[in-house]
Amino acid sequence: MGVSIFGLAWRSLLNRKVSALLTVFAIALSVALFLGVEKARNAAKAGFDNTISGTELIVGAPSGQINLLLYSVFRLGNATAEVSWRAYEEINDRPDVAWTVPISLGDSHRGYRVLGTNVGYFEHYRHGQRQQLELAEGEIFDDLFDAVIGSELAKQLGYEIDTPLILTHGIGGGGFNDHDDRPFRVSGILKPTGTPVDQTLHVSLEAITAIHVGWETGARNPLVDSVTEEMIRSFDLTPKTVTAVFVGLKNRASVLRTRRDINTKMSEPLLAIIPGQALAELWQVMGTAERVLLAVSAFVIAVGLVSILTSILTSLNERRREMSILRATGARPSHIFALLVLEAAVLGFVGAALGAVLIQVILAIAGPILAAQYGIALIGTGPALVDLYTIGAVTLAALFLGLWPAMTALRRSLDDGLTVKL
Amino acid sequence: MTDLQFSWPGQPVLLDIPTFHLGAGESLFLRGPSGSGKSTLLGLIAGVLEAPSGHISVLGEDMTQLSGSRRDRMRADHLGVIFQMFNLVPYLSVVENVVLPCRFSKRRQAETQARGGASEEAKRLLGQLGLKDPDLLSRKVTELSVGQQQRVAAARALIGSPALIIADEPTSALDADSRDRFITLLSDEAQKTGAALLFVSHDASLAGLFDRAMDLADLNRAAQLAGTI
Repeated sequence: MGVSIFGLAWRSLLNRKVSALLTVFAIALSVALFLGVEKARNAAKAGFDNTISGTELIVGAPSGQINLLLYSVFRLGNATAEVSWRAYEEINDRPDVAWTVPISLGDSHRGYRVLGTNVGYFEHYRHGQRQQLELAEGEIFDDLFDAVIGSELAKQLGYEIDTPLILTHGIGGGGFNDHDDRPFRVSGILKPTGTPVDQTLHVSLEAITAIHVGWETGARNPLVDSVTEEMIRSFDLTPKTVTAVFVGLKNRASVLRTRRDINTKMSEPLLAIIPGQALAELWQVMGTAERVLLAVSAFVIAVGLVSILTSILTSLNERRREMSILRATGARPSHIFALLVLEAAVLGFVGAALGAVLIQVILAIAGPILAAQYGIALIGTGPALVDLYTIGAVTLAALFLGLWPAMTALRRSLDDGLTVKL
Repeated sequence: MTDLQFSWPGQPVLLDIPTFHLGAGESLFLRGPSGSGKSTLLGLIAGVLEAPSGHISVLGEDMTQLSGSRRDRMRADHLGVIFQMFNLVPYLSVVENVVLPCRFSKRRQAETQARGGASEEAKRLLGQLGLKDPDLLSRKVTELSVGQQQRVAAARALIGSPALIIADEPTSALDADSRDRFITLLSDEAQKTGAALLFVSHDASLAGLFDRAMDLADLNRAAQLAGTI
């Protein structure tokens, strides 16, 4: 019995291939952009939330909770003050505390942060779904001058087990501030985690103390040259201060009380934060920018949708004849109406679906490059419900926009009657 | 089809026809120069235009009393229309163009079912009208000659045995030879299906090919009035 209204709409679009393809392409690009932003946002948030887990509290010198989170977990910025070893022991001795991992930051190696800690770090620090750090090769530091390096650092600098390296005081570049008198060697390389751990060089707390012998003023004391390695090894290398402390509790439910105790009842002022809460607050700050980006890309979709309108409205003039033929052969106004609305919806749907495919292709190509070049793991960017919702929303929006040309065509076809005044 | 009377008040009155009648199965030639309101008249009969006053009765149904959608149904079920030119939907095949009315009318769909299906009936009609070549049928309609296009349009108007076929200057783009042949084929087929044929043209020389011929000016009081001024 011939062609359905949908078939008519489809064939009519095929008859205007170039214009239809351009419109579909505009929609596809705008939808790909929108979904790209959305997926990047999710990947960022997922990566972000996966950075630290299984740690109930992070304790540092009083500053802001975001600040503490940034320097202790993301290795961004610097601590304004330190936590005394005595305070650390006080925390460690609390009956409700299951474990503590002290960390000490402040040195660097060729632009990568150095983290002083103890072996507990490798046992207790968790990322993602409570995954432990794992060694790709070698072992956790055993000797005073052993270093365990993150996968990204190893890859970028081409380090292997037993590669010798020199730490730099502070986080500037190398040069005068090198701790070149105390060379380290790589004892272990960690597996990739997709977190800042990948870009971190881990040494023992004692090593941090050791390389700073003679640096008490913040610069190198010339007398230090007379101190031999043997002498250093014989010193008590217990640090006087640490930068922050990761705390695990025996009972997670007591986290608020423990935090309050640490914030108020210690021998020195301290700040304890709940990582998840601080992450959420930090994400709120970043979320504004990310929402703006999302809004912009949504507007780009709107522009794409307008191009549907443009292409159909401009086609109406040359299609008056087509409409009156359809009317003459018995098409009701509702048929003409449906035809144009369907055309718009088809354009919207095909465009949006193509866009969703396009972004997956782009991610499939860009993903490995991003991971290899920048160590950015794209988590959760595969096809998701949001793609379906977007396709549905764009199709629906196109359908609604189609009402306009449909009304125009309807009015005209009623005016024109059987003959077109060309 | 009886007692057709209406007036069309645009700025000047275009059509004022006291009475006009076309019998079932009759073929009528209606002559009128361009601008005389022929197309408007056809639009009114086909029910795509609304008459502000008067009555148009088609197959016993008063078109002026029917709702828009009922008029649409009437047209879809009982009317075949052929235009001057550009009759075909450019993106449909020849056969798809012919079966188009069956898409919009269950009655005509059912009619063709009885004769072995819409496509078969379309091919049969096209064959009757001299379009047999399968190579021709597979061509894009825009690649057909004007004469061939008009014959496709005729097949479309005839499919599903409508009661009335309206032809608005369908031969003005054809040369004399194919014109006469077209009209003969059309009226023969209309006769076979029992359809009345209302053929409108400015070319009085065609009048002999029909059962009856009329001049729109004789029918239209508005034109007579204009003529006296």
